[in-house]
Amino acid sequence: MYDIKHEAKGLVTHGNSACAGCGLELIMRKTMEVVGPDTIIVIPPGCAAMFSGFGKEGGLKIAGCQMNLENTAACASGIRAALNAQGNTHTTVLGFAGDGGTLDIGLQSLSGMFERGDRVMYVCYDNEAYMNTGVQGSSATPASASTTTTPGGKTSQKKDLMMIAMAHRIPYAATASLQNLNDLKKKLEKAKNANGPSLVHVHTPCPTGWRFNPALSIELARAAVRTGAWILYEYENGKITINNKLTELAEIDTYIGKQGRFKHLNAEQKTELGKQIKDNYFTYTSMLERMSIH
Amino acid sequence: MEKQQEQPMKMLKKRNVLGPVATDFTAANTGNWRIERPEVDYSRCSKCRTCERYCPTNVIEIRPDDQECVYINFDYCKGCGICTNVCPRQCIQLIPEVR
Repeated sequence: MYDIKHEAKGLVTHGNSACAGCGLELIMRKTMEVVGPDTIIVIPPGCAAMFSGFGKEGGLKIAGCQMNLENTAACASGIRAALNAQGNTHTTVLGFAGDGGTLDIGLQSLSGMFERGDRVMYVCYDNEAYMNTGVQGSSATPASASTTTTPGGKTSQKKDLMMIAMAHRIPYAATASLQNLNDLKKKLEKAKNANGPSLVHVHTPCPTGWRFNPALSIELARAAVRTGAWILYEYENGKITINNKLTELAEIDTYIGKQGRFKHLNAEQKTELGKQIKDNYFTYTSMLERMSIH
Repeated sequence: MEKQQEQPMKMLKKRNVLGPVATDFTAANTGNWRIERPEVDYSRCSKCRTCERYCPTNVIEIRPDDQECVYINFDYCKGCGICTNVCPRQCIQLIPEVR
């Protein structure tokens, strides 16, 4: 039925047409390592669709389907309901969508899935714009970042997906980053075993859209965490744990200085942006501490 | 263009399949994208497997017993250079690809 024409070490093909240095490809591999072959994956159009394949060619060894951008979570819910009707509790249903398919277009179906409490694992790889169609700004694009639809820098702030997820009181939600793969895998494992809907929001460096040297992908993911631009925390049944609690943040230039999308900013604007990110980090983490139920 | 699609779709509709279905697990020849290739200084390698874990294409394999302990499958290596940056001993370098 499914011909394995080329050998691969894991469940994902080696020769995938993701760009060189793509963070998504690494996330996909680590996710597949964690969830294993007993999984049904739902992928919307976007960069991740390269893994569901072109025509008769597929890039994953597991079962899956490619749905529309807006109904990834709804389809995953449907698959879960069908599996439940069969009495199948061991198969994991995985929704794997980008920031456009999660925060913009797919938000209502995602909210519906959270509200119904279907046991679906949802991974959002956040590369902070619509990279597959040519870097259009999404609601996940951070302030001041230049994209083709926001050439002078985005004026509004990034939408907070985690707060939306936490407002639904789902069993597990977490932000993760490529800087620490053990941490990412641990979070994916927890999301897989959660008794209800779970969300893992992963920060994904994109060399094409962010305009940096592909070799720096992991460094930028690390810099984002160290400068406070990306906050690592997890939410487990009301309890919030901040994973990267920093007293002092790294210089903002180690993160935004290497990216072409912040190139239009002058030194003054960069310091201003750095100050904004710093303030946001400390207010946000103190807010999370107050929200946590110990 | 429409006709091209119609023919296979008619066949599929008979079997109640409404869209294209992947039947082959294939790999594209991404090795020919490479303009730079990683070169390992085997004498300094500590076999920590960091490059193996961080390689986005998963083509690096550590063979601890071999002289050339880092094996890279150049059929698929895109030459992105992530391994050179994550290596704690900086023993991987990018050199221009010669074909």
